[in-house]
Amino acid sequence: MTLKQKRLTVIVGGMSFIIAAVLLVMFAFRQSVAYFYMPVDLAKNPIPPGTRIRLGGLVEEGSIVRGEGTAVRFAVTDQSGDTVNVRYQGILPDLMREGQGVVTEGTYEAGSNLFSADTVLAKHDETYMPKEVADRLKAQGLWEESKTPSQQGEAKDQEAKGHEAKVTQ
Amino acid sequence: MIIEIGHYALVLALAIATILSIVPVIGARRGDQATMEIAPFGSVLLFALVAFSFAALTYAHVVSDFSVKNVWENSHSLVPLVYKYSGVWGNHEGSMMLWLLVLSLFSALVAVFGRNLPDTLKANVLAVQAWISFAFILFILLTSNPFIRLDPAPPEGRDLNPLLQDFGLAIHPPLLYLGYVGFSICFSFAVAALMEGRIDAALARWVRPWTLAAWIFLTLGIAMGSYWAYYELGWGGWWFWDPVENASFMPWLAGTALLHSALVMEKREALKIWTVLLAILTFSLSLLGTFLVRSGVLTSVHAFASDPSRGVFILCILLIFIGGALSLFAFRAPRLSAGGLFAPVSREGALVLNNLILTVACGTVLTGTLYPLLLETLTGDKISVGAPFFNMTFGLLMIPLLVAAPFGPLLAWKRGDLFGVLQRLYVAAGLAFVAALAIFYAEYGGPMLSLLGLAAGLFLVFGAAADLWHRSGLGKVDAHVAWRRLKGLPRSAFGTALAHAGLGITVLGIVAVSTFATEHIIEMKPGQTTDVGGYVVRFDGMQPATGPNYREDRGHFSIRRGGFEVADVWSAKRVYVAQQMPTTEAGIQTFGLSQLYVSLGDPTKDGGIVVRIWWKPFILCIWGGALIMAAGGVVSLSDRRLRVGAPSRKAKATKPAAPVMEAAE
Repeated sequence: MTLKQKRLTVIVGGMSFIIAAVLLVMFAFRQSVAYFYMPVDLAKNPIPPGTRIRLGGLVEEGSIVRGEGTAVRFAVTDQSGDTVNVRYQGILPDLMREGQGVVTEGTYEAGSNLFSADTVLAKHDETYMPKEVADRLKAQGLWEESKTPSQQGEAKDQEAKGHEAKVTQ
Repeated sequence: MIIEIGHYALVLALAIATILSIVPVIGARRGDQATMEIAPFGSVLLFALVAFSFAALTYAHVVSDFSVKNVWENSHSLVPLVYKYSGVWGNHEGSMMLWLLVLSLFSALVAVFGRNLPDTLKANVLAVQAWISFAFILFILLTSNPFIRLDPAPPEGRDLNPLLQDFGLAIHPPLLYLGYVGFSICFSFAVAALMEGRIDAALARWVRPWTLAAWIFLTLGIAMGSYWAYYELGWGGWWFWDPVENASFMPWLAGTALLHSALVMEKREALKIWTVLLAILTFSLSLLGTFLVRSGVLTSVHAFASDPSRGVFILCILLIFIGGALSLFAFRAPRLSAGGLFAPVSREGALVLNNLILTVACGTVLTGTLYPLLLETLTGDKISVGAPFFNMTFGLLMIPLLVAAPFGPLLAWKRGDLFGVLQRLYVAAGLAFVAALAIFYAEYGGPMLSLLGLAAGLFLVFGAAADLWHRSGLGKVDAHVAWRRLKGLPRSAFGTALAHAGLGITVLGIVAVSTFATEHIIEMKPGQTTDVGGYVVRFDGMQPATGPNYREDRGHFSIRRGGFEVADVWSAKRVYVAQQMPTTEAGIQTFGLSQLYVSLGDPTKDGGIVVRIWWKPFILCIWGGALIMAAGGVVSLSDRRLRVGAPSRKAKATKPAAPVMEAAE
């Protein structure tokens, strides 16, 4: 092989590996990225069953039903009145509380309005919400910093204590 | 008083860093010996001041001085003593102090051990280190000052996050920081060399030991963090592709690539430009990691600071350093001469392949980590990129690397003989495949891909052994000759073999756990049993207990096999009193390389409790492999030729060689 050919082999080899990687990344993004929705979005635009999404909001007061074996049911709401019923098989995070923020990941079950979650994330420290949920609630005007006067100062103090728990099946 | 002195020491350190940032560079420009001498002395002084400041903060934590805001926020008088020490860096401010401490420690080490570096290079390297120190001291003083007092002093602290009250916190962050802040040395060497416009093999010889040292710590730090998350969080997972994990993993990938390309630069004077770029990129990824973790732009398991001003400040540091270094690189690189030519099939070629795969894989991790942030900024859509994405992209891209790694050390420099290497490796490959089949059969199968994964892991282990076998000539020459040859091999050869074998063992563990692990979520009442991984687990009942700063409900499980009780496990639901924060304490029982993992859920109405039990076969291989990799690094570091400071620049005049750019660059 001449010098030129050698150089060409290396460049072509390298480039094709990079191109393969880029295609792979694009394919993987299509396959496995989950969009974040809140109940109000889902009421407007229902998601077909089988599509993996992240559902976030507040755990509705009085909605957690435990003790039926290993399955747990609860409802996620965003105080706009819309709720989504969620079923989860497994152990809820330690920090899961009614009235607190939660993010779940999973799919709608075919032929029902039940959301079947395989991952539940709860984050709480009196003032803290999962970031996505807090951002949206603020945007909807449902959760304002001014409503809780201590929030501004407190949030800073509490930040290092933020604590998230996550369970995956 | 001590707090104020500590605060003052930090301000003084800022002043020293300012002087160190400017004076040695001028000295190096003018060739003025006396001015350059300031650099090593100043770096040691800077370290002493930062260390004093850090000690003052530690003192406040240990004596529980709640008049210091940082202590009040993150400690409690009942926290056990060891966690009072480690609690110093269990919060944003303290963690940045540790970052700074490690940074200045590395500067001081270069100042002390770099005696035989050329004066100008040393002055410039220490000056670049001082720029970084300056930026971070300023960051701490302006946005994250740990020395702020409270008046009046609260009587009791708000407690250390219970998840952090663990031995893991005592060692994970220091190891991790020694690793990824340690890469600052590579960055400083690269920038200093670019400033001087002189890049040769000697540079690689000086940089490599530091890179290797940082890499060893980072490897241990990541492995430690993974194990900590595994046993402490109670989810049974050991890697979540969490952005914060990625933040430490990306510098590791780039650092691993750097180790390999520096080898080519050192031995063959090739890949010089690429190596310098990689040195800059590795530390840039460390800075990016610091930004991601410290700015609060991410939702992650590691819930840390989220104060916009901090984020903007670190972003500025990030842009100035990365942008500055890359501009300098772009400005200087065309003038650097490229060296040594080689055939695609050669040791150099194999190392280029290693670099290609590692950097591309690192790129996919970077894309997956940053894409959600980018998309949210641009379109407002919130997405999550999780494990499926990374497993698909990173996992697939790693396969050629695993297969190719055993070939590298067996190929000759310049021009290798692939067929000859194949002849030496086919036994290892065959053995790996047979052993993989055996494991596959014993674990009752799984997807075919996992069989290949197991074989790839084992091939790395056997391939590393084959490398040493052939180098010693075992089987061809007398045993004692072979033994003598083996003893005569450079330590770096053993280091390579160990590190590659360690990687293989980690891969083996990952594949085995992903394929063969079983999980049981069941409701258990006292006396009930269940079968997990060939063991019978019996739930004996719950009982309350109290610790120094928590209450818990402990569940007792006895584990039997073949009718005999072989172990018992306690698993608990704990509530930390100060903040009423609940945690799950998993019960873990080790059997050989495998583990049984018991985690408690909620009680059910009829007096039972939901229990999650995992059987994790070969899981210890994951971290054991990492330990072996790090051990390989240590062995390689102890090689006489690589010892820090041992090499000196050869007296040969740098010939103005014709700038032959080579293909691989």
